[in-house]
Amino acid sequence: MVRITHWVTALCFAALLITGIEILISHPRFYWGEAGNVLTSPLFVLPIPASRSSVPTGYGFVLPDQNGWSRALHFQSAWVVVFTGLVYMIAGLLSGHFRKNLVPSSADLGWRPITAVVMNHWRRQSAEADRQTYNVLQRLAYLLVIVVLFPLEIWTGLAMSPAIVSAFPLVVTSLGGQQSARTIHFFAAVALLLFFGVHVEMVRRAGFFDRVRAMITAETPAASERA
Amino acid sequence: MKTMSRRKLITTGLAATAGVAGLSAAAKLAARYGLIPPDAGGLYGAGETLTYASQRLITRHTMAREFARGQISKMPFANGKPPRDERYLQLQAAGFADWRLAVDGLVAQPGSFSIADLRRYPPRTQITHLACEEGWSYIAEWTGVPLAQVLQDVGIQPQARYLVYFSIDKNWWESVDMADALHPQTLLTYSMNDGDLPPAFGGPIRLRVPRQLGYKSVKYLTRLTVTDNLKGFGKGLGSASPEEGYSWYAGI
Repeated sequence: MVRITHWVTALCFAALLITGIEILISHPRFYWGEAGNVLTSPLFVLPIPASRSSVPTGYGFVLPDQNGWSRALHFQSAWVVVFTGLVYMIAGLLSGHFRKNLVPSSADLGWRPITAVVMNHWRRQSAEADRQTYNVLQRLAYLLVIVVLFPLEIWTGLAMSPAIVSAFPLVVTSLGGQQSARTIHFFAAVALLLFFGVHVEMVRRAGFFDRVRAMITAETPAASERA
Repeated sequence: MKTMSRRKLITTGLAATAGVAGLSAAAKLAARYGLIPPDAGGLYGAGETLTYASQRLITRHTMAREFARGQISKMPFANGKPPRDERYLQLQAAGFADWRLAVDGLVAQPGSFSIADLRRYPPRTQITHLACEEGWSYIAEWTGVPLAQVLQDVGIQPQARYLVYFSIDKNWWESVDMADALHPQTLLTYSMNDGDLPPAFGGPIRLRVPRQLGYKSVKYLTRLTVTDNLKGFGKGLGSASPEEGYSWYAGI
């Protein structure tokens, strides 16, 4: 179940990322608070061209606008990833996957064990134990993605829905407003993208085809380590 | 690869059958309670339906957030210029005195309203957030007559399911279900921030639907039609938005 949900999530992540960028370029400006538009001062502006002529970007051209299907695919993928996440959470709790593989042991959470893992990475040595299980940094990174970043994306996404916040105003007021929610949604997506980059690089170093095959069939070649 | 045990095969088969039966039962129930949007066909129909059905169940009577006067945006953004066709310019030159809002379809007394007629109703003022699908937004104070009041006056027939509404701009028409049409915050708006609704913001009259994105708040409103079936309008997808790839339901 962990493996099935991993690949469904991977597919959804790809769809959400591409359509998210497409939605973003229709207004690559960010604000804080409830409201913001091209006439108000932004928190920051991404130095990229936009897909709408109403946005001043400094570029002399407007990108093609694909917002319609992008939005539809974004929300449909969001539904799939939410259902997948629920299945993963329930299965993970029932099977002990979280307890066994993800929650770091209290002994590993100290300054010294974490430094040891960092130093091992620095020296490009891998500890023998890493071949069998996730080290403390991997556990913390995966937990950050699973219990912080994905839920935060769902929360900030819902906070941008005028209908949802009519039923649950606290969803948006707790974040400081609709535009704040949009800005946090962007930063959480950037964090997920960074995780994705490191994740793929680690898989590559651990042996891309072996690792991908293992994630599909669950058969672990003895000589390689987990990514 | 492991071979599948007989027990696992039977369980999987039963689960799949139950899943398919459950889905078709859910689809029938959703159709009966009006939870399927008119643009449910196509590649993204499942997502559209899940969003519309769940939000219709949760938000049938909920109120859009209203804000304090101090939160009104000093710089609202109009997004576009008023129409430049001759008919609009003539009406504008006459101070919109001859502007008519026609009401027809499944109503007891079809008719038409001038802006002065609409101003005779007890007004409602609300400070709400308008968010564009592009990502920008502003907060403004809008004054107008609740659409429900006008619809009550012309007498909607019991089989009514949707309200279709049209702009003087031929390419902009939308529709909402009766939950949104009769919602107390759905406003035929003629004032914005203490003045007449400026032409760039949809003057003389704009339908504000504050629980949905800005494109559902049609500017330069000329006609309202009550109907039980959206098939006869445009390509039958509910409004102009799905014809251009956007969702009919924009509560997101």
